[in-house]
Amino acid sequence: MGDSLMATVRTLPSIPVPPDSFEARRNQYYSTKILKEMLGDVPPDTLRLLGVTDKDLCIPILTYVFGEAQVGGTAAVVSIARLRQEHYGLTPDLPMLLERLRKESLHELGHTFGLFHCPSRDCVMHLSNTVVDVDTRGRDFCIGCQTVVASKTGTERRG
Amino acid sequence: MEKKVNIMVVDDEEIVRASLTSWLEEDGYQVEAVESGRKALERLPERDWDLMLVDLKMPGMDGIQLMDEVHKTAPEMLVIIMTAYATVDTAVKAMKKGAYDYFVKPFNPDDISLTIRKIVDHHKLVQENLFLRKELKKQYKLRDMISKNEKMLEIFDLARTVAKSSSTVLIQGESGTGKELLARAIHDESPRMDAPFISVSCASLTESLLESELFGHEKGAFTGATVLNRGKLELAQDGTLFLDEIGDISLKLQMDLLRVLEQREFRRVGGSELIPINSRIIAATNRDLAAAIEEERFRADLYYRLNVISIHIPPLRERREDIPLLVDHFIEKFNIEMGKEIRGISEGAVRILMSNDWPGNARELRNVIERAVVVAKGNIVTESDISLPPTSSDANHRTKSLEEIEMAHIRVVLNENQWNIVRSAHALGIDRVTLYNKIKKFGLKKEGVAPKE
Repeated sequence: MGDSLMATVRTLPSIPVPPDSFEARRNQYYSTKILKEMLGDVPPDTLRLLGVTDKDLCIPILTYVFGEAQVGGTAAVVSIARLRQEHYGLTPDLPMLLERLRKESLHELGHTFGLFHCPSRDCVMHLSNTVVDVDTRGRDFCIGCQTVVASKTGTERRG
Repeated sequence: MEKKVNIMVVDDEEIVRASLTSWLEEDGYQVEAVESGRKALERLPERDWDLMLVDLKMPGMDGIQLMDEVHKTAPEMLVIIMTAYATVDTAVKAMKKGAYDYFVKPFNPDDISLTIRKIVDHHKLVQENLFLRKELKKQYKLRDMISKNEKMLEIFDLARTVAKSSSTVLIQGESGTGKELLARAIHDESPRMDAPFISVSCASLTESLLESELFGHEKGAFTGATVLNRGKLELAQDGTLFLDEIGDISLKLQMDLLRVLEQREFRRVGGSELIPINSRIIAATNRDLAAAIEEERFRADLYYRLNVISIHIPPLRERREDIPLLVDHFIEKFNIEMGKEIRGISEGAVRILMSNDWPGNARELRNVIERAVVVAKGNIVTESDISLPPTSSDANHRTKSLEEIEMAHIRVVLNENQWNIVRSAHALGIDRVTLYNKIKKFGLKKEGVAPKE
């Protein structure tokens, strides 16, 4: 993933999801509250912070989300809950899960670099609301989106 | 670059506003969220909104009330009603009131993004369509006249050219074809547009009345002339004088008029002062002037004087392609006048209108549509709203000439209305003057009584 972003990727120790993000009525976790929690502790020298969770995420107005990002901000979070084959009653498939997670992570991080959904189906920023969408869209940024990301990772790192 | 799609979110819950806004922004939409119907109405004029997502249950003004208010000023606005408590009743009510769609919270992200995308695409098409239709209409229009008939479009072009000059124009055509509208259009397109347009109906007045109407009279010119009265020729100074039904004036007046046209000056009745005129003269008639000249009822020299530029407006039956266009135009006009919201006309109704012969031409069509707009129950004019005079579809009359049918029908209508001219003219879809002319032409008489002049 570091190649696509032209940045170095570090893994931080895990933290628990904030208890107040749990929506008991829906048995899901409210992703915006998780983002807020993450932003409370951003290590110095960090360009972007990506959270990965196995909890099923939602926002109040939508039945589920794969992830959420602050558009043009610092943090993004993705969930593997709905990226797993077993969520759809199929046999587990680790390589497939990792590929989906990579795409979703790039997608949400793309939003933090100010990118909106891309009309190109080959671009990882193309809108996806289902795993089928995730699987069919490209695995990297298109040239246009890549340029935006590169300009941000380049300049922001220098600054 | 393509214009961003503007979406307004109206919801009293902060968390809904925030999450919907950020989610829609990820999709590249321009989103503005407000917490109440009142705020929404305030923001409405600020931008060219494409779509509104409105919560049903809000304190104060609810979503449906807000939608009603919005549609008063922006009838085309697409509104999606959102609710956490879905009931069939409210959904039906929202859709009936004109909501584009109805979403239950929380939304399935796939559903909503597809729906919004569909709406936006559809909306773009509708806007484009409206724009193109307006562009087309512009080409088909000359002021208040509308047509896509080739001959009519040539007439429009000619009228625009003629408007720049001061030449006399003679407009011929059956009654109801729009001779006065064309005269007005020429005036409005001309440099004289700010000066008066004065219209005189020559057939409605006796010779002496018409003379004083046209030329005016000095104080004491005749019994009853207690004050100086300026005639229409004077009133039309710098502007346009429209002489309707010119074929009906007496030979003496024809001579007077000829003199005025030749010398560009006149005297008031009973006066001696020569008054110069600089108004443009447009004359019109529904008679065959060539035939009238042959029968020595119309002066050839006056005809040539008037006929500098000649325009013949074809009857509506010779330009049936204009019927749907005129119908739309009239519906729009009467919607505004009557505060109705008729959106169109059924195919069946159009078929009926297309197959009629329209002896009263566009004016008759206008009257039929006026009636239809009044009686229409829904927002579409249907076959049952159309009422045509029985003669036009009665097959038994096929062997008779149009004139015979016309005469018989006028007699029936006059008798039905006890010879009340205003009511009969209205029922026939023609104006009073035309009815008088037809009574004269066919020699119709009320039993035992001569027709009133």
